[in-house]
Amino acid sequence: MAGVRIRPGDWLILGLGLALLAALWARQAGSLEGRVIIRLDGQVFTEASLRLNRIIEVPGPLGPSRVEIRDGRVRVAADPGPRQLCVRQGWIPPGSAVVCLPNRVAVENAAAGYDTLNY
Amino acid sequence: MQIELHASEEDRRVAVLAAAAIGLTLAEAAIPLPIPGVKPGLANIVTLVVLYRHGWRMAAWVAGLRIVAGALALGQFLTPAFVLSLSGGVMSLLVLAWAIHLPTRWFGPVGLSVLAAFAHIGAQLLVVDAWLMPGASLLALMPLFLAAAWITGLGNGLAAAQLLKSTSRPNPEVSP
Repeated sequence: MAGVRIRPGDWLILGLGLALLAALWARQAGSLEGRVIIRLDGQVFTEASLRLNRIIEVPGPLGPSRVEIRDGRVRVAADPGPRQLCVRQGWIPPGSAVVCLPNRVAVENAAAGYDTLNY
Repeated sequence: MQIELHASEEDRRVAVLAAAAIGLTLAEAAIPLPIPGVKPGLANIVTLVVLYRHGWRMAAWVAGLRIVAGALALGQFLTPAFVLSLSGGVMSLLVLAWAIHLPTRWFGPVGLSVLAAFAHIGAQLLVVDAWLMPGASLLALMPLFLAAAWITGLGNGLAAAQLLKSTSRPNPEVSP
């Protein structure tokens, strides 16, 4: 539209909006297609989608491990193990896994895309 | 017994402007759109113009009447669609109440329109997340909805700016 003045602050707002969009896009690219594979004692306990926010309780020998899926990410939120190694690793990056060894629970973030081990 | 309603000059103006906004709402409901949930929100052009011409109070009246009457006309009153429309409308009005006090030298209708569009979709996504579909990860949909808000906000802002310019009084920089 000719003649309409877009003021400097308007450009700023438009730019910030685009930056927000790009950041969201980059953050979720590829991550939401992935699946979460939870193993108990080496056997597949359950598979879940990263798209649905939920908390899964895995009944290990020491007690329940709680696996949290939120906004396309997954982590072990609570674990009865003594050293809390798997909890402290936080959100699991796509393509990797954490193991709560005392409780025999393994959580894998099986993201879509390249898997360099199998490629 | 006779009941008389006295409509002031301002009441009439609100009614005329709300009618224009309702007309746009109904017209836009008739347009088929490729993605459900994404609407241009043309009635917000009216809200913006009223905000600049007559102040926030009147803009709130026009937007509120448009939301309620538009929902009644479309048979959506008190349905989830109405709650979404209301939450988006309230949030964007709140943001506009703040944004209209930004220096007009730097911020014009285009910026305000984009801010209001983001507030609108933000409130709607919050309602969906908290009430309609708790648990579903809306993150996957956010880039799509935010991109739509960006585009419609820009388009409506340009339209409002053009309207404000073509109907401007001698000193357009002074906002009411």
